[in-house]
Amino acid sequence: MGLLSKKNRQLITDPLSDNNPITVQVLGICSALAITAELEASVVMSVSVLFVMGVGNVVISMIRNIVPSKIRIIVQLTVIATLVIIVDLVLKAFAYELSKTLSVFIGLIITNCIIMGRFEAFALGNGLWRSFLDGIGNAFGYAVILIIVGFFRELLGSGTLWGIPVLGDPIDKTGLYAFGYENNGFMLLSPMALIVVGIIIWVQRARSKHLIEE
Amino acid sequence: MAINTEKNTYTLLFAIGLVVIVGTLLAAIDASLKDKIRVNKTLEKQQNILYAIGINENEGNSVSFIAAEKAEEEFNKYITKQVYIQGNDVVEDDKAYLIDVKKEKALAKDPNHKRKLPLFIAEKDGRNLYVAPIRGKGLWDAIWAYVSIDEDMIIRGIYFDHKAETPGLGANIKQRFFMDDFIGESLLDNEGNFKGVTVSKTNLDPKNEDKYDNEVDAIAGSTITGDGVTAMIRSDLSLYQPYFNSLNNN
Repeated sequence: MGLLSKKNRQLITDPLSDNNPITVQVLGICSALAITAELEASVVMSVSVLFVMGVGNVVISMIRNIVPSKIRIIVQLTVIATLVIIVDLVLKAFAYELSKTLSVFIGLIITNCIIMGRFEAFALGNGLWRSFLDGIGNAFGYAVILIIVGFFRELLGSGTLWGIPVLGDPIDKTGLYAFGYENNGFMLLSPMALIVVGIIIWVQRARSKHLIEE
Repeated sequence: MAINTEKNTYTLLFAIGLVVIVGTLLAAIDASLKDKIRVNKTLEKQQNILYAIGINENEGNSVSFIAAEKAEEEFNKYITKQVYIQGNDVVEDDKAYLIDVKKEKALAKDPNHKRKLPLFIAEKDGRNLYVAPIRGKGLWDAIWAYVSIDEDMIIRGIYFDHKAETPGLGANIKQRFFMDDFIGESLLDNEGNFKGVTVSKTNLDPKNEDKYDNEVDAIAGSTITGDGVTAMIRSDLSLYQPYFNSLNNN
């Protein structure tokens, strides 16, 4: 089997569509609600998860044959926590500015069920390379949803994208605001993230009927 | 080689082995990076204090400190005196900026302990600025600030930071649009009593043109972080008022 055979490619492409971690597997919802109020935070979180998922899946896959099944969940937790703490310490020593930006996300990564979910469902039963692909595939799937939700919440909630005003100035009433448009502050609150995710799920299932459960 | 991973002894040994390996690894990494991290933290404190007195590299809406390499030099240049206030005494201490406000706050719960209140006195453009570090609680974890005030207890600069407030909501307290609103606000009311600055949802003054109302606009969706800021300013900065009173009476 080649490194990028059809089956292996599916490990990356499936999570982007029919097996998306958020909209289909319902993993990682909590963080999708918590940090998508702006686009930049969504992207930072996506990149962090991409790293932890890729490395974490490989480590778990490496030790999959010697982990006692009774304590496997604890072992998985230990692996994630160790990885995240090491990254945090190294960043604090060598890239302090970056570590300040990421500090908020550290806790969210450790508790992200998408990571535990993929360790449990995939890395414990598959080889290194396939686990790595599965890890980054799912991280990409997660990233896509996070970025879509972040885009709409920031645009409609604050009228900005990546912190840059795109709809005019709400205080000076320029741009769109001159016509009476108002930012929807409700978009900044978590419940609206759930509703945006709901709309994405709706659109996705309307397009791929086989996802609808009887 | 097949190992029976289901046996209890194996499980126990595996758990012990894992703890030993992970523990050693983390301890080793932590020990080897400790000094570097401490230096970074000290420089950050200096950068924060300098930010509060207006020594920064802000452009447009960005929040930019002066470069870490320059921090120490600039800090020594502008900060002319460091003191801590303990009860009625004002003690000069050129390492006062390293006093751990978190520890002092915790110790202050004991009524017999006289809390050390650090204060850094800067000279900029021919006038004195007094920078006080304060600390409080946000929604998820600690929030803190460096506030520079003049003799009349009017805020001349402020830098907020937080440990784990929600990105996009409470975390925005360290954005310019929020911090800059505090500049020019007085901590005292018209009679000269301490009032603090309230983060208010009913201020209705988005550009904060009214500087005499002891209020700034809150951030939508960050009520608890905002209330934490109000409480932090009230509880910690009020402790400095006697010092400023004595300053003006002399």
